[in-house]
Amino acid sequence: MTAPIGVVAPVAQQQVVAKRERNSRLGRLPIHLTIIILLLVWMIPTIGLFINSLRPTADVNNSGWWTAILHPEQLSFDNYAHVLAESSIGPAFINSLFITIPATVIPVLVAAFAAYAFAWMTFPGRNVLFVIVVGLLVVPLQTTLIPILQLYGPKGFNIAGTFLTVWLAHTAYGLPFAIFLLRNFMGGLPREVFESAAIDGASPVTSFLRLALPMSVPAIAALVIFQFLFVWNDLLVALVYLGSSPQNLPLTVTISNLVTSLGGGWEFLGAAAFISMALPLAVFFGLQRYFVRGITGGSVKG
Amino acid sequence: MDPRLITAIIVVVGVPAVLIGYIILTEQILRPIPDRRRVTLRPWLWLLPALLFLAVFLIYPTIGTIIHSFQNTAGTKFIGLDNYVYFFTSPSTLGALKNNVLWVILLTLLTVGFGMMIAVLVDRVRYETVAKAIIFLPLAISMVAASVIWRFMFLYNAPGETQTGTLNAIVGLFGLGPFPWLQIQDFSFNTILLIVVMAWMWTGFCMVIISAALKGISAELLEAARVDGANEWQVFRRIIFPLLLPTLAVVATTIVITALKAFDIVYVMTGGNFDTQVMAQSMIQEMFTNGNFGRASAVAVVLLITIVPVMALNIRRFQAQEAIR
Repeated sequence: MTAPIGVVAPVAQQQVVAKRERNSRLGRLPIHLTIIILLLVWMIPTIGLFINSLRPTADVNNSGWWTAILHPEQLSFDNYAHVLAESSIGPAFINSLFITIPATVIPVLVAAFAAYAFAWMTFPGRNVLFVIVVGLLVVPLQTTLIPILQLYGPKGFNIAGTFLTVWLAHTAYGLPFAIFLLRNFMGGLPREVFESAAIDGASPVTSFLRLALPMSVPAIAALVIFQFLFVWNDLLVALVYLGSSPQNLPLTVTISNLVTSLGGGWEFLGAAAFISMALPLAVFFGLQRYFVRGITGGSVKG
Repeated sequence: MDPRLITAIIVVVGVPAVLIGYIILTEQILRPIPDRRRVTLRPWLWLLPALLFLAVFLIYPTIGTIIHSFQNTAGTKFIGLDNYVYFFTSPSTLGALKNNVLWVILLTLLTVGFGMMIAVLVDRVRYETVAKAIIFLPLAISMVAASVIWRFMFLYNAPGETQTGTLNAIVGLFGLGPFPWLQIQDFSFNTILLIVVMAWMWTGFCMVIISAALKGISAELLEAARVDGANEWQVFRRIIFPLLLPTLAVVATTIVITALKAFDIVYVMTGGNFDTQVMAQSMIQEMFTNGNFGRASAVAVVLLITIVPVMALNIRRFQAQEAIR
């Protein structure tokens, strides 16, 4: 996974040089126009909602968001203040955090254990088992909902509606991909490092905690972002397993209830949606490099 | 103590401590065991948590769902293929199947097509990074937030009133409309609109992967073709496109699976009304609205069976990748 990145950089530089030489200014106008139109099309929906989330309810109902561009003095953060103070969005934000943090930490660690075993321990059936794990990647999680729901119910573990239900479920749903990604990365680490550690008397636990984990930080970072976004943005799993306990519902379910109920709060929907986007967007912009690398690392061999 | 504070402590400290504790404990367990047995036993202790999770939450339920799908509502009696007969005769589930086919075809074409087009175009300009970030951004937000965003795009006010929805305002400029988007049942138009929302989110994903593959194509090769007199279209058609094909296949597989599993957008934007139902959403409806676990399971099994060929392809691809490692 690291190799392609090293290879890509000089090639990209060459291409930049080639770009300047080959294209005359005028000939590139259609390219710029096409790109700019596409970017506008991609941005308009989000910009529209953002502007509407800053406008008073009466304005939102009576005129389009574009009219506000000429009257920026009408915009304010009142809707955001209202949503955070009065609706269930505030507690739901905390719930989302309570759900997302363990549902990210558990699968990454459990997958790291398994990936280390798959990469650096020999045992019969290793490759077959790994292929089975990767094969589980495409079991639709919808297939699992009903039996798991019964398992969580009073006849099973009797933990229905608690945070534990979603932690466990998200861990399992995220594991196949996590094991796949980490096994590929850990398998690419230099063999000599682990061999000399073993000769010096380091146990596998020491090698794992002191060598494999720190050396795998790029892959782990990508995985953390993936799993974080997946869990934070999830609606289905939370809806099914937490639906019975309203006090534990995350942001996605709370906002989706606002949308479908059409009762109170519709005018604050935009603000609520942007509050739910704040953390994923911060994570995305902060760790964009790892995110892109994480996606491409697993599927494109350089 | 406040229960939420206790939860917070468990969340931040307890969970990682338990997991790291487990892996340190394995070495304590293995210590008294003779050397050779220890080496054979150790990998299984490291794999144990992962295998437990997979067995309990993926393998067991898949088998359970298959059994359920042959049972009655309460799960007390086997009723043969009745649930499947219902699936393939009821207009609502057949509609879901038809819509899913449309999802697979159209979403794949839109996302892979636009993804490739944007990747190739932005490769030629200096603001490539910014442009890619803008296209990629919708993927980081939830489908629930995306559906709120698009609600304002599709908003409809009665004719004669001010149109506050973006699309109706735009068509209004040309003297058309207003159209009640998402309520037009002809030609699966509503489903197509939902697919457009999903394509808006997933094009960035395709673009990023295709762009990475594009950077891997040697600049000398393209330069040589240009020196030999090939125009930009020929370079794309004869060199870039064939070299991108394996990557396009990978991306398309991912999108096909995403399209088959589509749920959130439909659930939030239309609730499956106006002829927009899809399999995942039909299943949830059978389960919670109608309380029929048998029929819901049958829908899930059909969904699984449609994904199996894609899964087989994925595994073959992985094995091929291992072979060249």
